[in-house]
Amino acid sequence: MRFILGFIGAVFAGVLLISMIGNLSTYFTNKPAPLASDVFHKEPRELHLQSDGPFGNFKNQAQLQRGFQVYSEVCSACHSLKLVSFRDLTGIGYNEAEIKKIASDWKAPVPSINPDTGEAATRKALPSDNFPPPFANEVAARAANNNALPPDLSLITKAREGGPAYVYSLLTGFQNQPAELLKKFPEAKTPPNLHYNPYFANLNIAMPPPLTTDGQVQYQDGTKPTVDQMARDVAAFLVWTAEPDLERRHAAGLAVTVFLLLATIFAYLAYQQIWHDAKRAARLAGPLDPENQAKTRRAKAKQGVAG
Amino acid sequence: MSFSWARPYEPKSKFMRWLDERLPLPRLVYGATGPGYPVPRNLNYFWNFGVLAGIFLTIQIVTGIVLAMHYVASTDAAFDSVTKLIMRDVSAGWLLRYTHTTGASFFFLVTYIHIFRGLYYGSYKAPRELVWMLGLVIYLLMMATAFMGYVLPWGQMSYWGAQVITGFFSAFPLIGEPLRIWLLGGYAPDQAALTRFFSLHYLLPFVIAGVVILHIWALHIPGSGNPTGVDVKEERDTLPFHPFYTAKDGWFSTLVLLIFFTVVYFAPNFLLAPDNSIPANPLATPAHIVPEWYFWPFYAILRSFTVDFILPAKLWGVLAMFGSILLLFFLSWLDRSPVRSGSYRPMFKRFFWLLVIDVLILGYVGGAPISWWRTALGQAAAAYYFLHFLVILPIVSAFEVPDPLPNSISESVLHGEAVEAAPAGQRGERAGSVATAAE
Amino acid sequence: MATKARSAEGPEGTGSADGEGVRRRDFLNVAAVSFAGVGGVAALAPLLVQMAPSADVLAMATTEVDISKIRSGQGIKAQWRKQPVFIRNLTPAEIQEANAVPLSSLRDPETLAQRTKPGKTNWLITLGVCTHLGCVPLGIAEGENRGSYGGYFCPCHGSMYDTAARIRQGPAPKNLFVPDYQFTSPTTVTIGAKG
Repeated sequence: MRFILGFIGAVFAGVLLISMIGNLSTYFTNKPAPLASDVFHKEPRELHLQSDGPFGNFKNQAQLQRGFQVYSEVCSACHSLKLVSFRDLTGIGYNEAEIKKIASDWKAPVPSINPDTGEAATRKALPSDNFPPPFANEVAARAANNNALPPDLSLITKAREGGPAYVYSLLTGFQNQPAELLKKFPEAKTPPNLHYNPYFANLNIAMPPPLTTDGQVQYQDGTKPTVDQMARDVAAFLVWTAEPDLERRHAAGLAVTVFLLLATIFAYLAYQQIWHDAKRAARLAGPLDPENQAKTRRAKAKQGVAG
Repeated sequence: MSFSWARPYEPKSKFMRWLDERLPLPRLVYGATGPGYPVPRNLNYFWNFGVLAGIFLTIQIVTGIVLAMHYVASTDAAFDSVTKLIMRDVSAGWLLRYTHTTGASFFFLVTYIHIFRGLYYGSYKAPRELVWMLGLVIYLLMMATAFMGYVLPWGQMSYWGAQVITGFFSAFPLIGEPLRIWLLGGYAPDQAALTRFFSLHYLLPFVIAGVVILHIWALHIPGSGNPTGVDVKEERDTLPFHPFYTAKDGWFSTLVLLIFFTVVYFAPNFLLAPDNSIPANPLATPAHIVPEWYFWPFYAILRSFTVDFILPAKLWGVLAMFGSILLLFFLSWLDRSPVRSGSYRPMFKRFFWLLVIDVLILGYVGGAPISWWRTALGQAAAAYYFLHFLVILPIVSAFEVPDPLPNSISESVLHGEAVEAAPAGQRGERAGSVATAAE
Repeated sequence: MATKARSAEGPEGTGSADGEGVRRRDFLNVAAVSFAGVGGVAALAPLLVQMAPSADVLAMATTEVDISKIRSGQGIKAQWRKQPVFIRNLTPAEIQEANAVPLSSLRDPETLAQRTKPGKTNWLITLGVCTHLGCVPLGIAEGENRGSYGGYFCPCHGSMYDTAARIRQGPAPKNLFVPDYQFTSPTTVTIGAKG
């Protein structure tokens, strides 16, 4: 049986060797050319938010509310926020009355049924509703956006490598295509319906720059609404929409880890105590006794036995 | 329990005597985990990982049952039931979900260390061959459970992972494609697949629990192995499981739980693939489809076969992937050395560490985006894996000269293994200290 | 020595002198086990708490109903928190009948005034759930059996409610439950809204 198994092993190894030779020869005879995105794609820029790190929190409610304002005045025209309910906004500092107003003022209506005729109708949003999407379905969304589907933003900072830093970089990263790119990769010229953005994986994104001018949104708290500031604020808001539990999680985590640290220490000491007596018998006249250890060491050195 | 000095169960209260006479559970517990189960006294911390695996199985079952109270197994509602209902609306839902996802990773981590302990110390050798094989059955069930569980949130990676893995089956000639369609209940992962995966994902952990009981039962016949690989000979080679190993398992498990909950509370999304926060879209494939980290070595082996040779490359990949686990069932017969523990097998030890590095390389290759040199590296590593178990180990076990073994466990504990295992004449002043210590 | 090795099963058998050592031993063991116990109980908390109604269920707290079309003597069945609600426009005769009942004869004594809003005693808004075992009583729609007291009749076990939806006969222990509600306008009422 061992020979059969050995043979099987040799066969697998052999086929792998053939594959490797094939792979290497293909590569060296036919070196694949780099793509435009390999060369010109940029990693996200650094963004520091109060929610970063193990002690991250959502106490900067001013920023989160500004971010919500940017979302509702700019982004919500195309991007849904389906996993968030209006009532969740208490998490960034709005009270019930404010939430009621935000919900009933919300531009996108909620689908409902006419109670008299049974026909499809719409109604104003209630605090218990989720944010209604701007488009009724995917077909309508694509029809309004050159066949591109604006993604839902509830989890966007979790759904993209780089998270909020990616969102911030993307929003501030729209620029003209560099001449160098056009020279090296003429086929990667931005098509008419797309926009060049080196932070996007394919370099050309269907979304037109949403934040174009300073002051696009009027902040109530006096912060200067530059494009950079608005991008930071909406990124911070989207971290909250993706993980509203973050602050609670960190607080509970601190308590749990401190508790478990103490529990580990006590458990370890109890273990040492229990084993102390089992090890005593060995320790009393065994090699762990310092005198005997010295003896053993000398004897070993004499005989040349390794330690 | 086969040791003659194992303490028999003596009920301490009238109630316990009444119960034990009618249903011998108290004596079963006493004899399996209590003072009635003698265990070698020289176990190191690698012996803690079996209990840890049991702890994580329990965590997964408990959090899983509770999550199933809220999860909806419908392609329309599954994603929202996880990302909206459980994560936002259910009290402590986020904690339960993060514990369950992180728990799966820790379950595999702990199991891998447990398996590698077995490989190094020869735990698969007689008389524990069946313990080893039952363990492999548990491992296969774990892989199936984890795969199906990952599909349930119905994110992009859930969907495409299901597509890729069920696609394996179509590699088999003739029966492959009908088998794949039968498994899925359709032509692509859809409602039928999702509901049946939910049903089986709920069921399999209990099957695992049953096999774990057999695994432990089979172990308790010969008793636990130990780092020297030398059999228990007399009472002072052992210690009763309670309180010694309950204390050791207790403190080490608490430490591991500390690390576990640090991850759950402070880095729960570290292992989350971003694409799984996007609802499943059958019309758009993610740029890099990767399974969870614990499948990466197998994914690397699968993708290493790139050239057709008699059989299509895809079929080679699938056969090798399954073969890489199935060959482990034969390990007790591939490795014929009479010496169990790698501590006394210098040649084996070197190859063992090569294997560890090899598996880590395979893991890296499996999780990284494809490139020409990574594929080549993976191909070399996969070749070594098969050669290691099927060619190298049989040869090494036939020809190597092992180091001398200690006479017994307690002698190796009392005098120090290095001295005890050294050839006679090189043992220094052992004789003098024995006389006072031994009796 | 052999006895020492053999009796190493428990800390008690080692006879290591000081009571100080024993007390420290016990303390450590007690401390370790208690921490584990507290941890275990604390771990139960999220498992139990997750079964409580989730935030989305708690948020479906109010339902607005248009009552403009309900004429005197008529009633409608609406829904609030996934349960039926009876909204009835009482006739003056029904109001008089309700007020004429002596409180001492009622199993669950309440006046009609206590069960309606001041100035709107003709609007009787109650849950349509029998307080016995939860069936939906008859009598709200035209032509349904209203029982012997002119109110509602539960076909499951024969409970009969009067014009003020108070229990008069049968096994139900309490009157039909009156939820919180507010008249947001003369023609709309919001059920579940606190006053």
